[in-house]
Amino acid sequence: MNAPSAPNDEASLPDGLVWNRRHMLGIEGWSAAEITAVLDLSDRYVEQNRRADKRSTELRGRTIMNLFFEDSTRTRTSFELAGKRLGADVLNMSVGSSSVKKGESLLDTAMTLNAMRPDFLVVRHAQSGAPKLLADKVNCSVLNAGDGTHEHPTQALLDALSIRRRKGRLEGLTVAICGDILHSRVARSNIHLLGTMGAHVRVVGPPTLIPSSIDRMGVEVFTDLDEGLKDADIVMMLRLQSERMNGKFVPSPREYFRFHGLTSERLKVAKPDALIMHPGPMNRGVEIDSEVADDIGRSLILDQVEFGVAVRMACLRLLASTQKQSN
Amino acid sequence: MPLIAFTNARLLDPASQHDETGTLVAEGGKITAFGAGVAAPEGAQIVDCAGLCLAPGLVDMRVAVGEPGEEQRETILSASRSAAAGGITAFAMLPNTTPVIDGIAGLEFVARRAREAKLVKIFAYGAVTQGAAGRDLAEMGLLAEAGAIGFTDGTNAIGDALTMRRALSYARAFGKVIVQHPEEPSLAAGGQMNEGEISTRLGLSGISRAAEIIMLERDLRLVELTGGRYHAAHLSTAEGVELIRDAKSAGLPVTCDVAPPYFALSEIDIGDYRTFAKLSPPLRTDDDRRALIAGIADGTIDAIASDHAPQDQDAKRVPFAAAAPGVVGLETLLPIALELYHKGAIGLLDLLARMTFAPAKILGLPLGQLKVDAAADLVIFDLDRPWVINADAFRSKSKNSPFDKRPVAGAVVMTVVDGRIVHQS
Repeated sequence: MNAPSAPNDEASLPDGLVWNRRHMLGIEGWSAAEITAVLDLSDRYVEQNRRADKRSTELRGRTIMNLFFEDSTRTRTSFELAGKRLGADVLNMSVGSSSVKKGESLLDTAMTLNAMRPDFLVVRHAQSGAPKLLADKVNCSVLNAGDGTHEHPTQALLDALSIRRRKGRLEGLTVAICGDILHSRVARSNIHLLGTMGAHVRVVGPPTLIPSSIDRMGVEVFTDLDEGLKDADIVMMLRLQSERMNGKFVPSPREYFRFHGLTSERLKVAKPDALIMHPGPMNRGVEIDSEVADDIGRSLILDQVEFGVAVRMACLRLLASTQKQSN
Repeated sequence: MPLIAFTNARLLDPASQHDETGTLVAEGGKITAFGAGVAAPEGAQIVDCAGLCLAPGLVDMRVAVGEPGEEQRETILSASRSAAAGGITAFAMLPNTTPVIDGIAGLEFVARRAREAKLVKIFAYGAVTQGAAGRDLAEMGLLAEAGAIGFTDGTNAIGDALTMRRALSYARAFGKVIVQHPEEPSLAAGGQMNEGEISTRLGLSGISRAAEIIMLERDLRLVELTGGRYHAAHLSTAEGVELIRDAKSAGLPVTCDVAPPYFALSEIDIGDYRTFAKLSPPLRTDDDRRALIAGIADGTIDAIASDHAPQDQDAKRVPFAAAAPGVVGLETLLPIALELYHKGAIGLLDLLARMTFAPAKILGLPLGQLKVDAAADLVIFDLDRPWVINADAFRSKSKNSPFDKRPVAGAVVMTVVDGRIVHQS
């Protein structure tokens, strides 16, 4: 296969892609064209990442700061690789050892970093809306790497890319998002994205983990896993945090697995070619059986990790194009 | 004795439904005469009102102040200035200070500071429970003797049913009202906004409307049981209004108030995490907002209180979940309330009653009326003057207003306390 026509250093994007956003705070409100732009560009970066020489120079000279107020090895590493493969300088701020621990406010921390003139702040925070708060104050681009229970836009984009590359489309697919919907930013971003792209989205989980009025977001709600999985093309399992398992929202991990754990037996009601996804890290034996998670033919779990880097490269590249326009 | 006459004024007295153009004369801090046929006595200082409205000064029954303990938010002096600028001549202060006003020393401190500020009349609630912690009763009798205007744990709900039962019973002996923040604590715990589609979209934990409804239902049962006087503060739900309406028609000694944000805004105004629209209880739906307006109009809702809750920048310029709830309200009470009159939802005298005579009556204060021998506490305002709310210009130390930049009609021109001009614009 030919090397992809190299996206170049110019402000213009390849193939007439159009991009106008300065920040990526959430998928809500995005058009299908915007989502498609990210996915199309991501496809090119998947190829770049499979070459021996994975680096390009499109973001040469740009600075990316990873500002993770919540621990995350996977997402942070993925953003770090994405930045480096585009030739940018990437800094990981370890918040545990920073001034935040000394009582500095979130905004003060961000303004301090902003004064060092980064081009991107990649922010993960335990509170919904924190990236928006920063985006209103700083003059670089803010990328939401997960905020509270609000959104995790790059996760939804990498999920969509994983589905699209395997199924060839998003439109018309039935996607069952299963588990702890209440606390899941991944679920919310996926609901916005998949709905906009014309997929049929279901949410499936115990009633205590289904948020109020979520049907108003255009999804079908199921509390019975077998019903929710029936004829699904995609089964997206969510992680159930251990602190929610012991009597707070569900009585026990054992009971949760009995009614909401994904097993190969349960999966039989889904389409025969249904694919399994999980944003990781998995609780094997709680929300997903190892046999299912490790089934190479059906599990997209490692694709998701691989394509995550490509999607984040595409996001950085698109945001960089608006920075040049505004400078 | 200082003698002052307000001539050519539209005299509005909600208690007597009096509305005519004339003159009001005050001497020695008291109203001596008012009406169409009254002439300004010789030697009086003349204030020509040029046809503007003159009403009893507003009585605000729910104000939080940061003094003692959090003076960076608001002092008694800054709250007094803010109140005077808002046409408020008397307010009742919540006991949620540091330390909590649960003993007579706290009341005496507030009284002394109010005397020093010498602007508006400041009354204080005593806490129902020690530390407003909801467990053991505070010294309500001693507090009542020392001037507590009523009892409340302020921003904290009295969650324990037995404590509420005893508080209602015990306060009866002193003829005082118990003011509740009606929100079931375990249902509200950790909640950031109204529970529903918007909280789900924003990823903020919701507070069900049931939190208010359940608490009111429980409390009304306890009122029935004890016969104690009960006041529900800042209603936020349609069902809450309905419950109070039913309780009143059943003859229970129950009153309630609402604050302007609840009838002027709804949860939609949170938008993209605007912390200035974070309140406790949370802003609810537009249906609730309309039901509250209907409740004000039909008198189910007795009073409109500012629910003034000053918060400094550090408490609001943070992620929504970390932000403190509350809105400064002293300087926006009148113009936001007047929106109801301008929209035709309620008559002017009835609207003014909710901010003068009615709250005064709930608190047992002889205020909020134009009456001979009553204190000359007055507000003169231009009913129609258009202006744009500017939080930066507030006298309050805090600027946390969701009404900043809102165009309104109706402006305070002068505030008079005991015949003395304390604010003029």
